[in-house]
Amino acid sequence: MKRYKVLFFVFQLLVCTTVHANVLDICSTCENKQIGKAISLANAHDTLLVQKGVYKEFALSIDKPLTLLGVGNPTIDAEGKGEIISVTSDSVNIIGFIIKNVGISHTRDLSAVHLYKVDYFNLIDNQLENVFFGFLIEKSHHGLISNNKVQGEGKKEFFSGNGIHLWHCSDVIVEKNHLSGLRDGIYFEFVDESKVRNNVSIGNIRYGLHFMFSNNDTYSNNRFENNGAGVAVMFSKFVNMNDNLFIKNWGPASYGLLLKEIYDSEIVNNRFQENTIGINIDGSSRIHYKNNDFIRNGWAVKVTGGCYTNKFEYNNFISNAFDVSYNSNLNDNLFINNYWSNYTGYDINKDSFGDIPFRPVNLFSYVVNQTPETIILLRSLFVDILNFSEKVSPAFTPDNLVDEAPLMKKIQW
Amino acid sequence: MIKILKYSFSDLMRSRWSYAYFLFYFLLGMGLLFLSNDLSKAIITLMNIVLVLTPLIGTVFGVMYFYSAREFTELLLAQPIKRKHIFLGQYLGISSSLSLSLILGLGIPFLIYGIGGSGQSVNFLLLLMAGVFLTFIFVALSVNITLRHENKIKGFGYAILTWLLLAVIYDGLFLIGLLMFNEYPLDSFTLLASVLNPIDLSRILILLKLDISALLGYTGAIFRNFFGTDYGMIVSLGVLCMWVIVPVGLLLRTAKKKDF
Repeated sequence: MKRYKVLFFVFQLLVCTTVHANVLDICSTCENKQIGKAISLANAHDTLLVQKGVYKEFALSIDKPLTLLGVGNPTIDAEGKGEIISVTSDSVNIIGFIIKNVGISHTRDLSAVHLYKVDYFNLIDNQLENVFFGFLIEKSHHGLISNNKVQGEGKKEFFSGNGIHLWHCSDVIVEKNHLSGLRDGIYFEFVDESKVRNNVSIGNIRYGLHFMFSNNDTYSNNRFENNGAGVAVMFSKFVNMNDNLFIKNWGPASYGLLLKEIYDSEIVNNRFQENTIGINIDGSSRIHYKNNDFIRNGWAVKVTGGCYTNKFEYNNFISNAFDVSYNSNLNDNLFINNYWSNYTGYDINKDSFGDIPFRPVNLFSYVVNQTPETIILLRSLFVDILNFSEKVSPAFTPDNLVDEAPLMKKIQW
Repeated sequence: MIKILKYSFSDLMRSRWSYAYFLFYFLLGMGLLFLSNDLSKAIITLMNIVLVLTPLIGTVFGVMYFYSAREFTELLLAQPIKRKHIFLGQYLGISSSLSLSLILGLGIPFLIYGIGGSGQSVNFLLLLMAGVFLTFIFVALSVNITLRHENKIKGFGYAILTWLLLAVIYDGLFLIGLLMFNEYPLDSFTLLASVLNPIDLSRILILLKLDISALLGYTGAIFRNFFGTDYGMIVSLGVLCMWVIVPVGLLLRTAKKKDF
């Protein structure tokens, strides 16, 4: 028995030495001067050590497991000629590059790094500049996209691509990336069991984050700021969104977060600040909103229809022009124990909950929903009088839409 | 005329009410700016107050001054001075002294706060301009009313009613109109109705310049397309000027015919 073990060990040793991965150096004075040539020379599982310098190459095709390691941030400049790196093999790592100047095409999705049917990939510490699409990842699983900086120079939606674009993927971690000047910062379609965390998505033309048909995903600690239309999430189930910041998505067609057909999800600990609409909820049910801050938005929460059994509890609603807006008289959502800065009630028994219920929908927001043109009377004296009289004796706003026990003090967490 | 203007101006400038009015705006401006520390927010709150208060104060002041200065007016009428000059002088005296209180009362806090460097100075100037226009408009309206009514109580009543009509009731009727006809395209009606009322017009002119205009959405876009152009700006300024010129013209005509 022992002999077999020894034999097996020797066999393993043999295997290891024959499959031993080589390291290929690439630099202007090395034997290998071009990355493309080195890739074709390399064996599977080799490491390409790319030294500092500018490599004017494009259409690099990686069809075997390789590690591309940049030393001192080497630059790959495609000079606008097209797709730069395309990967079709499993187990590929691309680490520490500056990749720039992808061309623009209206018929093909040109990208800086394109992965197709790749399992186990790592894309780390890269800087992508002036890209059309940044990372375009299709039908790939088990990957890490971390600490990259993706910058586009898009001006119009149809002349720009997405920063991190995932399609039919699963088990991918997207973290600590910085995305700006793109069409959508992060775009997910049919992506399951993935995590998006600690990313910053600023100043993109359309959405900071855009996902559809992507279930069981977690989005946490991200910052979405000043994007053309905010963040849009649609047609997904079991989504967790926590500790994110949605800031300054301000403009006639902007919102912090658009939820469309989202079910069974958790939205916890997020901050919505200075957005035209904090959350626009459309046909989304069984969502739990807890410990969110809504600060100085136009509309904090705008409910447009088909939203059932949502629960809003322990949220802070502070200085919004409209706290909650509804377009119907029906209400199947629960608002309880929130803090409302517009609340004027009292707390005699000192249990820290107000003794009279708060009605978050004011009459003017109801009127505006019925006839959008009336918004032009915003901040006129008559409207203030109207809201006051409705508050005293409600007649038009949904009857059961009340916070029965509003908090007296802002919640800290 | 200039002499009469100077006289009534300095008369009012020395009165306690002008100081009180100035002090009110001064403290308000100081308080809002230094407590809120947010210029845009402060301008919105100020707008709410200025749009309600300047017309009201203009109305009340105009009525009060003309009733109390009636004997002096009669004395002047006995002199060889044109009636037009007497009334125009007095009217301009009241309006400009009230406007001065407003401009100084709000301007000094904003200057101390340092508005020059920020991008809000245009909005602030627009607010002051609206306030001055509203003062001139409502003083003219109230003087008209005093000239037509010898009875002080009646005159006061009508003047307050005019203010109430333009500041509150107009918006109410406007809102009801919008709600009743919401099946129809309302763009041009909304535009027209808001241009015709000087208070609404001032409010919208200021709102469109502030951040909050994003809330106006689609309706705001229509308004911006109109007010954003030179044509729209000229039209709205023209309407405000008409609101001054027409009541003043009426005032002069009434004064000419009136038997004292």
